[in-house]
Parts: sequence; C-alpha cells; structure tokens
Amino acid sequence: MPVPPEDRPPEDGPPLLALEGIVKDYASEAGSFRALDGVSMTVRPGELLAIMGPSGSGKSTLMNIIGALDTPTAGRFLFDGEDTSTMSEAALAALRNRAIGFVFQQFNLLPRLSARDNVALPLVYAGLSRRERLARADTLLARVGLADKTGARPSQLSGGQQQRVAIARALAVDPRLLLADEPTGALDTRTGAEILALFKALNREARVTVILVTHDPGVAAATDRVVRIQDGRVTFDGPPTPEALAGGVGHLYEGAAP
Amino acid sequence: MNAPLAPPRTRPGPRATATARATPGIAPLLGPMLAEAVAALSANRLRSGLTMLGMVIGVAAVILMLAIGNGVQGQVERSISALGSNLLIVNSGAARSGGGFSQGAGSRPTLTLDDAEAIARLPDVLAAAPTSSFAAQVVAGPTNWLTQVTTTTPAWFIVQSWFPEEGRAFSAMEERQAARVAVIGQTTARELFGASDPIGEQIRVRGVSFTVIGLLPERGQGIGGVDRDDVVVLPLTASLRLVQGGGAFRRFVRSISVAVTTPEAMAPTEAAITDLLRRRHGLSPRDENDFSITNLTAVGQTFQETTGAISLLLGAIGGISLVVGGIGIMNIMLVSVTERTREIGIRMALGAPRAAVRLQFLLEALMLSIVGCAAGVLIGTGLAVLASRFLPFPTIISPASVVAAFAISAAIGIFFGWYPATRAARLSPIEALRS
Ligand SMILES: Nc1ncnc2c1ncn2[C@@H]1O[C@H](COP(=O)(O)OP(=O)(O)O)[C@@H](O)[C@H]1O
Ligand SMILES: [Mg+2]
Repeated sequence: MPVPPEDRPPEDGPPLLALEGIVKDYASEAGSFRALDGVSMTVRPGELLAIMGPSGSGKSTLMNIIGALDTPTAGRFLFDGEDTSTMSEAALAALRNRAIGFVFQQFNLLPRLSARDNVALPLVYAGLSRRERLARADTLLARVGLADKTGARPSQLSGGQQQRVAIARALAVDPRLLLADEPTGALDTRTGAEILALFKALNREARVTVILVTHDPGVAAATDRVVRIQDGRVTFDGPPTPEALAGGVGHLYEGAAP
Repeated sequence: MNAPLAPPRTRPGPRATATARATPGIAPLLGPMLAEAVAALSANRLRSGLTMLGMVIGVAAVILMLAIGNGVQGQVERSISALGSNLLIVNSGAARSGGGFSQGAGSRPTLTLDDAEAIARLPDVLAAAPTSSFAAQVVAGPTNWLTQVTTTTPAWFIVQSWFPEEGRAFSAMEERQAARVAVIGQTTARELFGASDPIGEQIRVRGVSFTVIGLLPERGQGIGGVDRDDVVVLPLTASLRLVQGGGAFRRFVRSISVAVTTPEAMAPTEAAITDLLRRRHGLSPRDENDFSITNLTAVGQTFQETTGAISLLLGAIGGISLVVGGIGIMNIMLVSVTERTREIGIRMALGAPRAAVRLQFLLEALMLSIVGCAAGVLIGTGLAVLASRFLPFPTIISPASVVAAFAISAAIGIFFGWYPATRAARLSPIEALRS
C-alpha cells in the first residue's frame, strides 16, 4: 500500500475504502474511451482528502464509483472491506442511502420540494417516520445556518444556500463518508470558503471521512492528503505540499520510480 | 455556521450500516410515496386533469350507460310482471309466416266460449278468459273518452292477477246474465269522472249503459308505452249481445288468455291447447292451425335479453373509452418519466431502491386513474339523474357498477402504469443523474 511516509493515518484499523486497479471505459462512437486507467488507493476512516486534476482527467468518474453510483469496468472497489461488485442492487441502494453522503457541483436539489423536504428525502428511503424526518431536517438546516429557510424552494435560495441545503441533505442519514464533487465550483470565493469550513469542521469534530474534488490549491491545502489525477491515472498521492498543490511532480508513484 | 456540525451518531455499528442488510421493506414507503404522488400530480394540475379526462369520460359513460340500461331493464321487467306471469294468449286466425298472426278486422273469429271452457279444464291451467277488445268512445254525462274496451269473463281478473281496488269485479252469474256492469281502469276513471268516485256511476258504450262497479289499481305502461290503465272491462255476454250486436259473432271470441300454474308447465300446456283446439275445430292433419298461441313470458324474455344486450353494448363502448383513457395515462406517464429522469437519478443517488421508484410512478398512474374514476362516477351519476327527467323511466345506478368502475380503473392504472414505472426503475443512477 502506498502510504506516504509523513501521512499518518488518522485512525487505525482497516481502510474504509479500497480501490484496486479501477478501470472505467466509456463507449463512444470512436470506439471505447478509457476514463480511468488502473486507479489504486485506500482511504482510512476520518481522512480529509482532496482530489485534484485538470478537467476531463476522470475525477468525477472516480467519485461516482466511490459513491456507488457507477460501477468500474475492471478492478475492485471495496467499501468497508466488502466488494461492491458482489453486492445486490438493494444493498447498493442501502449503501448510498445510509453510509454515503454525496454533494454535487450542481446541487441536484428537487425543485418542487422545500428545503426541509429535500433534506428529509434520504430519510424517507431510510424508513423514518414523518415526524422524525422533519425534526431531523430542521436540526440539520439550523446547523448549516438555514433555520429560517426551511420552507423555501431551491429557486428561492442563493447558490450558496442551495449548496448548504445539499450538504444538510448529504448529512441527513449521518453518513460515514461524505463525497463532494467540486462543491464550491459554482459558488463565489467567500461562500466557497464557508462551505469548506463546514467540511473541515465535520471531519474534525464528527470524524466523518471527507473526499472532495477541487481545483482550488487553497482548498486542497487545508486537507490532510492530496490525490492528483491525470488522464485517468494517479500521478500524486501525498500530503498537500506546495509542489503537490502546484501540480508539479511531488510524490510520484505507480509507473514512475522515485 | 458556528454551531457544532456533528450530528449525534445514533446508528448501530458502522459495519451494519455499510452493508445495510436491514433494509426497510417497501411497505413503510407507501405513505410517503402516496404523498409524493399527490404533490407531483397537483404540481401539474392542467396536465393531470387532461390526462384524467379519458378516464373521466370512460367511467361517466359506463355509469350512465349502465344506469340507462338498468332503467330500461327495470321497466321491461315491470311490464312483464304486470302482464301476468305464465300467460298464454290464444288468438283466432292462423299464424302468419312473418311470425305475427292474422287478426285483421273483419276476419272471422275461430275461437268460441266453449273452447275457452275446454281449455280451462286442462290440467295446469289456472284460468282461461275469452276476450275480445276494441277501441270505443265511452260517454259519462257530458264527458266522453276514447278507450280500450275489453269484454271478457271473471276469469280475466285471475289471468291478469289484477283485481279492483275499489268496488268489485263482476261475478260469473252477472256475466252469464249479461248484467250491464263495468270495471274501469285509473286513466279512464280520471278522464271520465276526474277526482270523484266512479263507483255506481253510469257509462255508455256504443249507446248501451253500464254501471261502474269496480275500479282497477294502477298498472302503468306496458311494452311499447301503452297505457294499460286506459281500459273498460265489460262482461262478455253483455257485450256479445248488446255491443257487438250478436248474430254470426255470437259465442265467438278473438282471443283466449290462459294462465298456467308454473313456468315449467308452459310448453306442455301450449302443446295440450294446440291438440285440444285442433280436435275441437275438426282440423285434419293436413290443415294448418286456425289459431295461434303466443307465450308472453317468452316474448318478455326475448325483450329482456335484447335490452340486456343493448346494456352490454353500451357498457362495452364505455369500456373502450376506459382503455383509451388508460393508454392516455401510460402516454403521459412515459413523458413524465422522461422529463423526470434527473429526479429519478437524484432519488437513486440518495438511496432510493428500484422498487421505491417503481412504486412512486405506479402510485401516480393509479392516482390518475382512481381520481379520474371518482370524477367519472360523479359526472355519470349526475347525468343519469338528469336523464331520468327526460326518459320515460327512471335510470338505476347500481352500486355494483360503481364498485366495478373503481376496480377496473385501478386495474387500468396498474396495467398502464406498470411499463412507465418499470422504465423509471430500470434507469441506472449515474445515467439518470447525467441527463
Ligand atoms: N458518460 C460518458 N460517456 C462518455 N465519456 C464520458 C462520460 N463521462 C465522462 N466521460 C469522459 O471521461 C473523461 C473523464 O470525465 P470526468 O470524470 O467527468 O472528468 P473530470 O470530472 O475530471 O472533469 C472525460 O474525457 C469525459 O469526456
Ligand atoms: Mg467533473
């Protein structure tokens, strides 16, 4: 396992995530396109990890596989030691519902529902009663600073507010893993910083494992670990040193000998 | 934003949640998904309304058609039971090839009063009433009224199972003695005497006076809308002598009404009467019958079957519009699934199992068909009530047709909702999200 020397695992014990030679091919008119080409990495419980890389390098593809939204063409993805390729559809749905919170760049709120109902939606599928769902939604909206917006529709909220609703929704089922694909990409700098502070606090105070995709070196600098991806391959995996953040060759592995 | 962010960990151990074997079944999702369906459909009221229109029209048509069909059938049943059950009518003259019988004015009657007496003595015959009928102007004081005059024996009241509600019927003695007495129907009484009591009053038929001794209870319309209460019943002998002038027609009658004891005895009795009359009229085996026998119960049954078939046809037309309505629902649901692919992707990303997605869209289709059905039942009932005012009989809405409408609508909702719902549930989460 390529664990960078200075990157002490935040928690001991087995890894939360293990990716072993993940390959993802997309069929296109000009034959098949390899979006991920043998990605291997492990993530321990409690890590705060940034994935960086140029546009089109395969970051979202990787996040979708980690979020159990998509399946790899080849390779194995183990969640908490269990091979997801052997899990049933129902078990995968339950995994998405109970263990993983996903924050999308485009928020992906349901426009017809109020902020409260959007946050409560995962709890519907978790089988909570209406009273429990709404109480929990209100609590979470208060925690992201939207106590006075519970009844608002997404269209009545600013981008930052919508993203905070989306984060509250991702936290609704109290997930062990929070995934955020360019969560601040659609937001201004100040709002982005607020959102980032939220992730950081979650990671530090609740020991939620957080993986976020970002282009912002400032954001990545605040994390424990940076994984750089280029053309579907991991080109760097290590602590957020200045070289790593600049995109230079910091700590290379896989194919490149040190 | 400064409040502690960490929600308290209330879940069991992490391993249990990661593998999530304790998935809640689909049952607890029923309530929330029903609420979702209501919200989704009311968010797009115009489209939901237009989608339901097919169901509304179909159900309203079925309810209305069945109400009218039931009404017709009820009317026919009343007419038939009013005819008297187990009734055979023997008519003078040969049966025509067309199926009717020749009974033209002037044709000589072939049946006699003695024939009637002989028939009455047959086993299984309850009563046999020789009858001649003609239209005549009836006069009471300054008033006169064109009515149907029936001349017969007291057996007629038994055959018709129709007895005076006021006064009395004439007796066999009065009939033999050609007493000038009359029993009249409600319409005749109303037209001639208005609200006053007709019993004891005098009426004149073709210049001969009769005393009204009985008033028949109301019987309503017969087949073809005949008013059967527009009648004057006279003793046969009196009218043979006095009204028809006697002569060659003495003791001859146009027809004999025969009441048979049981429905099973109808056919054997019909055969027995045929044998009896052929013998009495001295017909050789080569000769055709000089009379014909009509089984009114059979006629009524045929009529009933016909109206039953008409109801069925009307119901079928309504049923076709129901199916068309169902296809409309399927069409809109398919559009809805396509439009809401992203929503489906989001729901799946949040952990909706496929079964929950299917349930959601199935419930929407079901809701469209059930609500459409409810509106259709209301409209159909309203139209049926309205139709009662314009039709000569009351429409009948049977609870069974309402229950059936709901059951069929639910089946249509599920049947036509299944394919779109399955299409939605089959989407891959990531592809749905990307749309
Ligand atoms: N559904 C798809 N079908 C075909 N090609 C795809 C699909 N999704 C992504 N790709 C391609 O895969 C590559 C990686 O995409 P993505 O993971 O979205 O990159 P990133 O998020 O790093 O910008 C890109 O070249 C993109 O065009
Ligand atoms: Mg991306």
